[in-house]
Amino acid sequence: MTATETGIPVDDVRSFKADGKPPLYEARNRVYPKDVKGPLRRFKWIILIVLLGIYYTVPWLRWDREPGMPDQAVLIDLPARRAYFFFIEIWPHEVYYITGLLVFGAVGLFLATSLLGRVWCGYACPQTVWTDLFMWVERKIEGDRNARIRLDKKPLSRNKVIKKVLKHGAWILIGIFTGGAWILYFNDAPTVLPQLLTGEASLAIYGFVGLFAATTYTLAGWAREQLCTYMCPWPRFQAAMFDENTLVVTYEDWRGEPRGRHRQGQSWEGRGDCVDCRQCVTVCPTGIDIRDGNQLECIGCGLCIDACNAVMEKVGRPRDLIMFDTTLNQINRAESKELSYKLLRPRTLIYASIMALAAAVMIGTLITRPSLHVNVLHDRSPLFIPMSDGSIRNGYTLKISNMRNPARAFDVSIEGIADARLDVSGQTTGTGTNARLQVGQDDVATYRVFVTVPRDDVASESTDLVFIVEAPWSGETTRYKTVFRGPDK
Amino acid sequence: MPTKIEKDSVTGIETTGHEWDGIKELNRPLPKWWLYVLYATIVWALVYYILYPSIPGLSGYTGGVLGYNSREAVVTDIAAARSAQAEFLNRIDAVSPEEVRAEQALFNFAMAGGRTAFADNCAPCHGSGAAGAVGYPSLVDDSWIWGGSLDDIHQTLLYGIRADNDETRSSEMPAFGALEILSREQINDVAEYVLSLSGREEDAEAAGAGAEIFAEQCTACHGEAGEGMAELGAPNLSDPIWLYGGEKADIVESIRNSRAGMMPAWVNRLDGPTIKMLTVYVHALGGGQ
Repeated sequence: MTATETGIPVDDVRSFKADGKPPLYEARNRVYPKDVKGPLRRFKWIILIVLLGIYYTVPWLRWDREPGMPDQAVLIDLPARRAYFFFIEIWPHEVYYITGLLVFGAVGLFLATSLLGRVWCGYACPQTVWTDLFMWVERKIEGDRNARIRLDKKPLSRNKVIKKVLKHGAWILIGIFTGGAWILYFNDAPTVLPQLLTGEASLAIYGFVGLFAATTYTLAGWAREQLCTYMCPWPRFQAAMFDENTLVVTYEDWRGEPRGRHRQGQSWEGRGDCVDCRQCVTVCPTGIDIRDGNQLECIGCGLCIDACNAVMEKVGRPRDLIMFDTTLNQINRAESKELSYKLLRPRTLIYASIMALAAAVMIGTLITRPSLHVNVLHDRSPLFIPMSDGSIRNGYTLKISNMRNPARAFDVSIEGIADARLDVSGQTTGTGTNARLQVGQDDVATYRVFVTVPRDDVASESTDLVFIVEAPWSGETTRYKTVFRGPDK
Repeated sequence: MPTKIEKDSVTGIETTGHEWDGIKELNRPLPKWWLYVLYATIVWALVYYILYPSIPGLSGYTGGVLGYNSREAVVTDIAAARSAQAEFLNRIDAVSPEEVRAEQALFNFAMAGGRTAFADNCAPCHGSGAAGAVGYPSLVDDSWIWGGSLDDIHQTLLYGIRADNDETRSSEMPAFGALEILSREQINDVAEYVLSLSGREEDAEAAGAGAEIFAEQCTACHGEAGEGMAELGAPNLSDPIWLYGGEKADIVESIRNSRAGMMPAWVNRLDGPTIKMLTVYVHALGGGQ
């Protein structure tokens, strides 16, 4: 049985060497995507401009905070261990918000994928956005698909060298802009940008600009669809989010086949609408043939839809031979049944409710989070100290985070054991059951405190003890439950 | 690798040999650049072999053309750190422990340095949290055999207890039983009396007899009420803190055979600033007087 008899295109069986053995490693099949015009392409440009616009402008937004604090709206201040997002200030102990964001983002991706296929890949993925930008530059300098194929086949000439140098120069420049903008999220933008330009920035900053410039240049300029096909894990399990009601890029093979060239005036009787012009293949950024069906390499950008619709209009056949459609509706269309779009399905409802839950938890904790945070660490060695008067003493490390306002003093007291005495190491005042402890602005203060309890009041090996930290001006209190350890009675 | 080479009948391409629900996977090649990345990592490794010390031999290792050596780098780093600390260490060396305690910057430095020195030198006997053990005093409570002021602690640290140093602190309690100063019965009576000092006794009659013996033999060092004497290193017998255990058997053993713990004189082992940092650190553990 030969390949042609089976109906499988011979094309697919090409990777043989002269001796008939398959090669160990496949040479890259270069993709030269052709420019395409149409509503989806226009939409893709809009998304690209909006996303890049957000990326490049956000570090320049200002946000007024207390004196002495950065006024950048979005800033990840690594040396100070703080992240700022407009009115939200994230402390290191609150990194779980990132977990919440990741859960929200991941499930959002699942929801979008189960509803609309791989729209993330096709429109919003940074790899797609930057690759699109790089391809635009390439087209402006080297021309469209055919010109580029011709140029690459030509021997090296002055003209070719100039074009290539121009292209790579522009790519590297975009790469540097990309890396430069990334840095602005981690440093005060108006401060660091002049430093970058005058050579006064730190080696680390130049290193990161270089790193991001290099990865942008390599990934968007050279790797392109190879990243999606070979490196990215997402295509490998995105099929798990698809079902028969997911909108994906589809080809109506019941309408298109048998395909073949069509001359004007010829009858359409007994043949499909596909004129085999291969426009859908030439515009595809990953170089696939959508007529083979849904496949791993398809990023769902829909550029083939624009290309095919233009051709269908030209030959006077109905549009949407290739379209965003569900597999169920493709079958319905083929059998002339009624179409149905089911957006509310168990999986989309579950995804949506998980997203709602994650959002609710995050918003809830954000609204109710205190402006002070207390951490009490009971000494582990020794667990307790017998004193010469017979009482038992426990040592604690008390950390008070003053998370918003200027420097202020907090009242600390203990609760849970009768006659317990509170002492703060190194403090001359405030012994007894209360202490007033000073904490600097936007700072964490660490105090060593001792709790001493008369022997007769120590009921068991471990007694619950609560530290109460109160902000005297607002009445806001934080309670921290810990234990008081004593000898076994 | 599949154990049996099998070719797909449709395409003639080798399969991977695995089957999932009747579907066999074709053994399709990876892209070339993937292979080149592997080669690049191998080249990277070879360059490393040449540039850096790497291949071990019987008497050494290849030096690497860069002349870089992580051991020397560490030595340089340590020297740099030492010179950065020198300013603080010199000042600590010049002043008394009280002055170190009083100046915030010096105190912070001494606490950090003292913590490290304590973990290295003191923790084996006194415990990582200075809680002590039987025979090794707790340094976190308020009971001090030789005194708990900064100067007392500094003195103890410098010259030790019963250590190999001319200025060491030393006290000797007679082994009342072994030297036959007291009889078994007398020792029992004194032990009962000592128990009564901290509010415990089983035999009031024996304790009464023990009181007389205590007044004769013990008060010179331990005081009239057994309150101890830091100048002589005599422990307080009226509090619930017992270095060698507070049960009657422990007390009897202490009276009969005496105890004599030893702490090294650190002046022989550590430099002056380190001992001062340790002094400040131990004093700040919570029991300093």
